Amino acid sequence: MDFLSNLVNGISLGSIYAVIALGYTMVYGIAKMLNFAHGDIIMVGAYVCFYAVYHFGLPGWAGVLLAMLLCLILGVAVERLAYRPLRRADSLAVLITAIGVSYFLENTAQLVFGANNVFFPNLFEAEPIRLFDGRLVISVVTLASIGICMAVMVILTLFIEKTKLGKAMRAVSEDKDAARLMGISVDRTISVTFAIGSALAALAGVLLCSAIPSLSPMTGSMPGIKAFTAAVFGGIGSIPGALLGGLLLGVIEVMGKAYISTQLSDAIVFLVLIIVLLVRPTGILGKKVQEKV
Amino acid sequence: MALLEVDQINVFYGSIRAVKNVSFRVDEGEIITLIGANGAGKTTILQTVSGLLSSASGSIVFDGKDITRMNAHRIVGLGLAQVPEGRRIFQQMTVEENLEMGAYTQPKGSIAINKEKVFSHFPRLAERRRQVGGTLSGGEQQMLAMGRAMMSQPKLLMLDEPSMGLAPILVEEIFTIISELHQSGTTILLVEQNARMALSIADRGYVLETGKIVKTDAASVLLKDDDVQKAYLGG
Ligand SMILES: Nc1ncnc2c1ncn2[C@@H]1O[C@H](COP(=O)(O)OP(=O)(O)OP(=O)(O)O)[C@@H](O)[C@H]1O
Ligand SMILES: [Mg+2]
Repeated sequence: MDFLSNLVNGISLGSIYAVIALGYTMVYGIAKMLNFAHGDIIMVGAYVCFYAVYHFGLPGWAGVLLAMLLCLILGVAVERLAYRPLRRADSLAVLITAIGVSYFLENTAQLVFGANNVFFPNLFEAEPIRLFDGRLVISVVTLASIGICMAVMVILTLFIEKTKLGKAMRAVSEDKDAARLMGISVDRTISVTFAIGSALAALAGVLLCSAIPSLSPMTGSMPGIKAFTAAVFGGIGSIPGALLGGLLLGVIEVMGKAYISTQLSDAIVFLVLIIVLLVRPTGILGKKVQEKV
Repeated sequence: MALLEVDQINVFYGSIRAVKNVSFRVDEGEIITLIGANGAGKTTILQTVSGLLSSASGSIVFDGKDITRMNAHRIVGLGLAQVPEGRRIFQQMTVEENLEMGAYTQPKGSIAINKEKVFSHFPRLAERRRQVGGTLSGGEQQMLAMGRAMMSQPKLLMLDEPSMGLAPILVEEIFTIISELHQSGTTILLVEQNARMALSIADRGYVLETGKIVKTDAASVLLKDDDVQKAYLGG
């Protein structure tokens, strides 16, 4: 039963990583940049929800929606102010800027919310579910994480495949100049990408903090790095890759903690990543971009 | 009436001036061709007109509107479409999706009608509507690139070397379709290395050498011109 319980917890943690990884992978796919500040959006979202629900008494769902909305605005603003002016700069300058934005968000959060951990009460108050005569206990937040992740994946895939805006995003990710010749605004498309990624990060932040359950200005940092790893693992730029990478990473982490070593579990995660990249440099589902001239 | 009026544009790549004081005009209903050797600046000129590059000076007026500083994605909606050099179709999107992208600025209701129009010009695309762009042959990709540009119902269609890399029979086919489009009312600006073919369907031509226009005349005159024959028509 321990194994099953670990597996469920791993899938749940992995689901959260997957939702965060979507932000990395979509931004990379469309703007061709690594937004290292993405992890910190998670933390901002969690704080917004925390204050909305536990200080201002909003219902949980309203807190989550408010967090998503404010992070959406924050993500779009960060892109607008920090990254857009560098659209033609080389990628190293963009990378350094992203790291700068990340520190900026963390330090501002320390100033505004304080540097200490706060207890993040579980938003999902319902009783855990007991299976097999109570030998397998699954908390509601665990199930919610898995369910929300699956729903997000389905909705996002339909959006990208079927809607006009989604197709425009695919066009921009393939060839920006050709997309502009179609009448697609590349700037607007990139804004939409940041908006979606950041709103999802806020959602993931609430799920993550409900599961931990604590929150500090550094909360987003490590999950951010792991979700980035998950995105690379699955094949950066690929949405199914983010799901697969996230789930694998979550399961490896939880299993590593349970059966190998609590201290080493993060090291194991990155070791697996290195091995995967040695064998498949584009990640599991990543495809080599082939140019046909 | 001039549909496109380009006046004294200069385009730089860094400090290199690739286009030097170029002026030309395209009247409504014409087929105009811009011929010149590799690196003469043909693509640069088209990209400047479509807004992908910007001119350091001078002006570009399309259909009575100054588009010199306008963003590329806003120019399409005015009725100016470009078939870029090397086709640049969306390789991972299906034929139909590529066409839908071409109609990005168009009202939803017009898409199905225009798609059928494109398919009537290019029956081969109709057979392959669900195939992804990257798996089409070179000729089919060129047809798709042209069809995609037609989806925005342009007043002026700019084509950058549509014959590049195609077998002679396909070149014939592409040129026939250009003539058909012209007959159905589209004004054409054609950039070609295949100067003979281009001049044979064009009304007028401009000859470009290292970023400068060195000659312009009726296409029939240019075809007989000694210099043009030597440089671009193989004797
Ligand atoms: N992105 C660029 N950066 C620097 N120089 C460029 C760039 N693109 C083109 N050039 C230069 O500008 C000049 C004009 O190039 P352009 O592509 O417009 O020529 P072209 O007439 O279209 O040639 P071709 O027939 O080979 O397509 C060339 O000397 C070329 O090397
Ligand atoms: Mg060219």
